[in-house]
Amino acid sequence: MNLKFAASLSVLLSLSTPVWAAGDGSLDVVAAFEVVSADPTTSGTIFTNMGIVETLVNADSEGRLYPGLATEWKVSDDKLEWSFSIRPDVQFHDGTPLTAAAAANALNIAKAKPGLLEKALIADITARDGSLIVTLKEPLAALPAYLAEYRSQILAPAAYGPDGQAVNAIGTGPYRVVTMTPPQSVTAEAFPAYWGEKPQIEKASYTAVGRAETRALMAESGDAEFVYGLDPASYTRLSQSDKVNVLKADVPRSLMLKVNAAHPKLNTVEARQALSLAIDRPGLAMAILRYPAAATQLFPPSVGGWHVTALEPLAYDTAKAAEMLAAQGWKAGPDGILERDGERFSLVLTTYPDRPELPLVAAVLEQQFRQIGIEVKIDSTNSSEIPARHAAGTLELGLVARNFALVPDPIGTVLQDYAPNGDWGAMGWNNTEIVDLAKGLARGDGGDESRAKIAGILQAELPVIAIAWYQQTLAVSNTIKGARIDPWERSFGLSDITWAD
Amino acid sequence: MPLLSRLFQALMVALIVGIATFAMMRALPGDAAWRIAAGRYGYDNVNAAAADAVREELGLNGSALPALARWMGDLARLDFGVSLVSGSPVMEEIIHQLGASLQLAIAAVLLSIFIGPPIGILAGLRPGGITDRALLTVSTAFKATPQFLMALVLIVILAVELGWLPAAGYGEARHFLLPALALALGLAAVSARVARDATEQVARSSYWHFAEWKGLSRSQVLWRHGLRNVSVPLLTYLGLQFVTLVEGVVVVESIVGWPGIGHALVHAVFSRDVPMVQGTALVLGLGFVLVNTIIDLALRRIDPRGAA
Repeated sequence: MNLKFAASLSVLLSLSTPVWAAGDGSLDVVAAFEVVSADPTTSGTIFTNMGIVETLVNADSEGRLYPGLATEWKVSDDKLEWSFSIRPDVQFHDGTPLTAAAAANALNIAKAKPGLLEKALIADITARDGSLIVTLKEPLAALPAYLAEYRSQILAPAAYGPDGQAVNAIGTGPYRVVTMTPPQSVTAEAFPAYWGEKPQIEKASYTAVGRAETRALMAESGDAEFVYGLDPASYTRLSQSDKVNVLKADVPRSLMLKVNAAHPKLNTVEARQALSLAIDRPGLAMAILRYPAAATQLFPPSVGGWHVTALEPLAYDTAKAAEMLAAQGWKAGPDGILERDGERFSLVLTTYPDRPELPLVAAVLEQQFRQIGIEVKIDSTNSSEIPARHAAGTLELGLVARNFALVPDPIGTVLQDYAPNGDWGAMGWNNTEIVDLAKGLARGDGGDESRAKIAGILQAELPVIAIAWYQQTLAVSNTIKGARIDPWERSFGLSDITWAD
Repeated sequence: MPLLSRLFQALMVALIVGIATFAMMRALPGDAAWRIAAGRYGYDNVNAAAADAVREELGLNGSALPALARWMGDLARLDFGVSLVSGSPVMEEIIHQLGASLQLAIAAVLLSIFIGPPIGILAGLRPGGITDRALLTVSTAFKATPQFLMALVLIVILAVELGWLPAAGYGEARHFLLPALALALGLAAVSARVARDATEQVARSSYWHFAEWKGLSRSQVLWRHGLRNVSVPLLTYLGLQFVTLVEGVVVVESIVGWPGIGHALVHAVFSRDVPMVQGTALVLGLGFVLVNTIIDLALRRIDPRGAA
């Protein structure tokens, strides 16, 4: 009895003695993404963002490419053979040297998994004379941008298991992994043999916390110095705190309605325009997202070349919307919902709660569409239902958040989504002009003119209806300085952060 | 003999949980390949190509019965398989995540034992006194407060306002206190009431009066003749509490970012990670049997009426 009592007491004491004190010398990062495994395809963004692994090519905040683990790159005259010179004297965290062969090994493994490289029509990746040689089946001008994507990260040969799944994140970055505890955390320390400028802060940690409210409280209580992704209410509250600074930046991600353009109720441009006219974008953005980022077109201003200031903005005009639907033969039924040939104008809107604002926006859209006599039933489900229903042809409306910067050149996303259709883009829609323009851009022909034309066609035909542009938010403790948001979401920029003393 | 019947019970639980989770996972709407692909690659990168790759890799086109037989066979050899999402062995993930939940649950129970019963016994010794009346109010309020709200209130007070404890996180001793307290206050609210009623009853018994009559002090009576009797209903209640505790752990885990079993189960169901769901459900089911067995055995030892 006494023994038990003493044991319980000692447990209790061990729990309560170390009272929390800020400033443990570690730069603590908190974000929503879980540490699923060390493999680039699952949690690769965490390891690139933390500066643990690197890519051959880097992108600055404007999306301009600059050398990473490759010092330079050039393409052959027939545009089919790319050569990337591998940076000399670079070491992996396990002490082995970075060679062209090691880089080729990493990229060949990446190419065999689902992802952008798989789609890039690559014939062969080999090492030759200290350079990485990529041979293409078709020209792809954006290849260097593809190699800046997180799934193209370069891991040491010893990082991979026999089946090609990475089991350890052995990279070349300024920080190396000390512990990795899926699904929650990674701790890292500065890598003494890093090839570039050494980070000022020696220790860093990453913790996955799914709830935005909890993340905000961690910023407020001083638990974490760098808290990525705040919910709108917390952002407003934290901006009044004197212990925390909040930052926000436009990111190349749009909130939009994916429309089945082959659906009998939606297969005319007028029907889709009517839907678009029924959306009060500024009101919706302020009420739910709490920032004035109502979309005037699909591509946000941060997507240089693709955002066209000359385009006539998407408008809000319910009267005109009702007129257009009436012209299509729709008449109001007894309960106010439109009918045509005995059929109600009723649609299912599919969305997913992974981004908490989506179901809220869906509820607002339900109200706004009802005002022009369209009934919407919301189905908030698993995110995979959007591409699954796309593939089955059963999707009617899908409310999605789409990232245009899967690679720092949006052509990667445009090719996937609009040339001519894509899991997260157009559906039941065919526009040969866009296909030609996008393929031309991919080859390296045509420039901003082609981009503007694509944006113009999307604005006129509305295969997807843009609603708002996203902003990324960040709360940083005033004990650190130098933090910033990378709009391309490739790096937390930990190397540039110092203690504010 | 009772142990043998418990062993049989455990086997039945394993069999039923195994078949039931398998059937339920199969019966869920939606294509598993898509869900697994979404779990692995995230919503920006789940597409038809990824789903096809998953389907081919995992051989999801096979029929149900051979898959069930294979799983039960693996189970008999204590092989739980590999998570379809992360690729690591299910056993490893369960040990890690169940371990995290158990640590939290045990800390909560211990904390509640230190808070609830002592106050309850004090109140029960003087029914109707100030302690008793205060206990009734406070315990009703705490019991009525949902655990997520309790956790949030504690975070706001202890972490944000006072800065005594970290708001969330896992891995160090200091991370325990706040979530454990959030769970313990609700548990203590009830165990204090149970202890109070039991004490009151014991204090009215004839053997209590006899002990006082022969000249023992109040605390001597309590130590020698009271505690054992009070602890019987308390311990029974503690066993029951484990079910509520698991529920509470799941909710509190999600708020303080605790990498526990509740979190793991929810994610596994969402991304159709069948081996993870089966393994987790099985371990939880067997856990209940184990806890009940331990409580039964403890009661047989403690209960003064027990002749065994």
